[in-house]
Amino acid sequence: MALSHIIHLWGALRPFADGAPTISVSASTIRELFRILTEKYPGMEPHIKRGVAVSINGQIYRDQWDTPLPQGAEIYLLQRIPGG
Amino acid sequence: MSLDSHSSDPMNPGLVERKFKVIGSRVARPDGVDKVTGRARFGADASAPGQLVGLVLRSPHAHAQIVKIDTKAAEKLPGVKAVITSVDLPDYTNGDRSMLDILENCMARKKALYDGHAVAAVAAIDAATARKALALINVTYKILPHVTDVDEALKHTAPIIHDHIFTEGTPQKSEMPSNQNKHASYGHGDVEQGLKEADVVISRSFKTEQTHQGYIEPHSCLASVSPDGAAEMWVCTQGHFVYRNQCAILLGLDANKLRVTSSEIGGGFGGKTHIWAEPLALALSRKANRPVKLTMSREEVFRCTGPTSSTSIDVKLGVKKDGTITAAFAELRYHGGAFPSTWAELGAQTAFACYDLKNVQTISKDVVVNRPKTAAYRAPSAPMAAFAVENAMDEAAKAIGMDPLDFRIKNAAKEGTKSSYGPVYGPIGIGPTLMAAKNHPHMKAPLGKNQGRGVACGFWFNFGGQTCVDVNITPDGNVTIAQGTIDVGGSRASIAMAVAEELGVTYDHVRSTIADTSSLGHNDMTDGSRGTFSTSMAAIFATRNAITVLRNRAAKTWEINVDDVEWKDGSAHPIGKGHGNLAPLSLKDLAAGAGNTGGPIAGHAEITADNAGVSFGTHIADVETDPETGRSLIKRYTVIQDAGKAMHPSYVEGQYQGGAVQGIGWALNEEYVYGKDGRLQNAAFLDYRIPVCSDLPFIDTQILEIPNPNHPYGVRGVGETSIVPPLAAVSIAVTNSTGVRQTHIPMSPPRVLKSIQDAKAK
Repeated sequence: MALSHIIHLWGALRPFADGAPTISVSASTIRELFRILTEKYPGMEPHIKRGVAVSINGQIYRDQWDTPLPQGAEIYLLQRIPGG
Repeated sequence: MSLDSHSSDPMNPGLVERKFKVIGSRVARPDGVDKVTGRARFGADASAPGQLVGLVLRSPHAHAQIVKIDTKAAEKLPGVKAVITSVDLPDYTNGDRSMLDILENCMARKKALYDGHAVAAVAAIDAATARKALALINVTYKILPHVTDVDEALKHTAPIIHDHIFTEGTPQKSEMPSNQNKHASYGHGDVEQGLKEADVVISRSFKTEQTHQGYIEPHSCLASVSPDGAAEMWVCTQGHFVYRNQCAILLGLDANKLRVTSSEIGGGFGGKTHIWAEPLALALSRKANRPVKLTMSREEVFRCTGPTSSTSIDVKLGVKKDGTITAAFAELRYHGGAFPSTWAELGAQTAFACYDLKNVQTISKDVVVNRPKTAAYRAPSAPMAAFAVENAMDEAAKAIGMDPLDFRIKNAAKEGTKSSYGPVYGPIGIGPTLMAAKNHPHMKAPLGKNQGRGVACGFWFNFGGQTCVDVNITPDGNVTIAQGTIDVGGSRASIAMAVAEELGVTYDHVRSTIADTSSLGHNDMTDGSRGTFSTSMAAIFATRNAITVLRNRAAKTWEINVDDVEWKDGSAHPIGKGHGNLAPLSLKDLAAGAGNTGGPIAGHAEITADNAGVSFGTHIADVETDPETGRSLIKRYTVIQDAGKAMHPSYVEGQYQGGAVQGIGWALNEEYVYGKDGRLQNAAFLDYRIPVCSDLPFIDTQILEIPNPNHPYGVRGVGETSIVPPLAAVSIAVTNSTGVRQTHIPMSPPRVLKSIQDAKAK
């Protein structure tokens, strides 16, 4: 059974959640989190398609959607970081 | 994967304790001889039988509607084999706006959006004919009002560049088209309350001008499209797989039919992460049915590839007399050139990342202007944000009578700090770099007349990404590696070192090459300081897979169980009872017998190397400023940065020095100058001055090794952080040498002289 997590949204995603800085989502992995976000907040879908990074307890994941979301983890969604 | 433990004190973590045999040595670079003898082949060195010369016609206007393009006369010119416009590049992007933006940047469609925007291209038998053909193309423009300044573009009086851009991220949905493509904010706490609690409030505005990465090698590619639809391209790039993928989409090709081979690269620094003229070369070749080589001139590189943003930043800091920061705020406005971007948002994420702040907020405004599409430039967006924030930090420290370095140490982020961009930090290296700076002899060296010293910090995220590597054992017992990440800063040596370390052989037995796009799975670009971090990890795993094969082959040879075979020091050794008479089998022995034990011996690994770990650096700059002319010279410069584990210290030092030098050029000289007509005035190295050796002292470096727990050897990306602090460190040094706070980059002699004269006039 998927665990419930508090998901911190960065500013660009908040308008799609009525301005809320955090939302509660039950998900086991990054993939499940993105699937639920796309279903519940369709406005986030273009951002997720363009690339959203997920910080789990301070470690930033850009690509590995199988990464589990541990119980009680601090989870932030961030824009996908480009580099030079 | 296991790592040696290290201290949990973020201000004094232990060094990497693992003893390596190859890693950490300074082996000879595999490309060194070829590069110093001219044998190395760069982008423009590719050639093919029957190749044509490609040239591009570019808009002389900053903003104009393209009413008509008449190419008939050019097409009739003898020797011209193809002329293309946007008509020859139909939209295959299937509703993907970001890909359509790339296509539109490569070739203007309805409007020319900046001075230098491509509007047509030709392929001819020689350059002279191609130039004549360009002159015969007649473009009818309707000139539109333009805007090239980031603040001007935000005014309600500014011309709107795109009618399809509405500001994303605002609390209320935008109803009108805007030049601001994105709004974002980061932070926590209550900044207003924090400012009320402050004893001193510093409030400043800063500007930085647009700069180019200044790589010495211009963009060049050779494209050849066959009538059967298969295509090849030889190109200088930071990511040939990404070039392959994007060009295939834009040309309507299947990716497997476009084989891209990368050349040696004469610098990129982010500017060769985007495609520019490559789709045009492919489209010309397809139309001409001949190979087409398209090499940009230096003027084209400046006018129409991807420089960095110019910026406008406001910073406010609230500070108590004991040095506690009570509030930090910044609004950052960056432009992305003529296309939507997220550069300001990156600045907002990085601006205060070095510090432990109770109340912090950053707001970003990403803006479009009539300038070329901006690209990443080494830790993109962070140097400008650090310039503004670090100057405010310096000013705040002085306002409360505290040493600026001690002020930074007091407020430095540490393990457990909630970062200004959100997440809580694990073990990080900002504290150690600051302490190393405090203890560095440079800080105690006396300063001369008209000299000033500046210290500044910098942060960059780093990332990993998709990577795969093949390790092959040759029949004579040596090793080849096929890697898919471009070697920009020495990764071929580092990857070979990692494989040698794992196998237990010496470096000279291992050689790595960059495979073409048809020889390996997809690899992300060499950007984000990911090349050595992610490729060495994939190479280590590929080698471990090869070692499993080697142990199996030894077990077959000895007719024993594989569990009774151990790999050690480059050989298979029998372990366990009853095998005492078996002599070890070397790599050479096993390779020689491979045909009789199962065939070629190889290892492969494919990974997504996420979780790269953030990076910090601290720089010290001494500057002497001539009060009569405003000219500043760097007298001494020191870079201190955490490398995790320096696989090849010479390359790491080179990255630190290169980033510092580019930052110094940005700080003192480099600047895009646009005229009132919206045209670039200084598209040449004579007028756009990058630092040369005679401008600089030796750049001193200090490598800290705080192991990254997410890499088998503790490696951290090192390529980008070194460009973050220089703008700030040098500007603080000039502030101290002149007594006038410097708020506008670059600090060219006229600008510094004016600041001195303005201060005297007050």
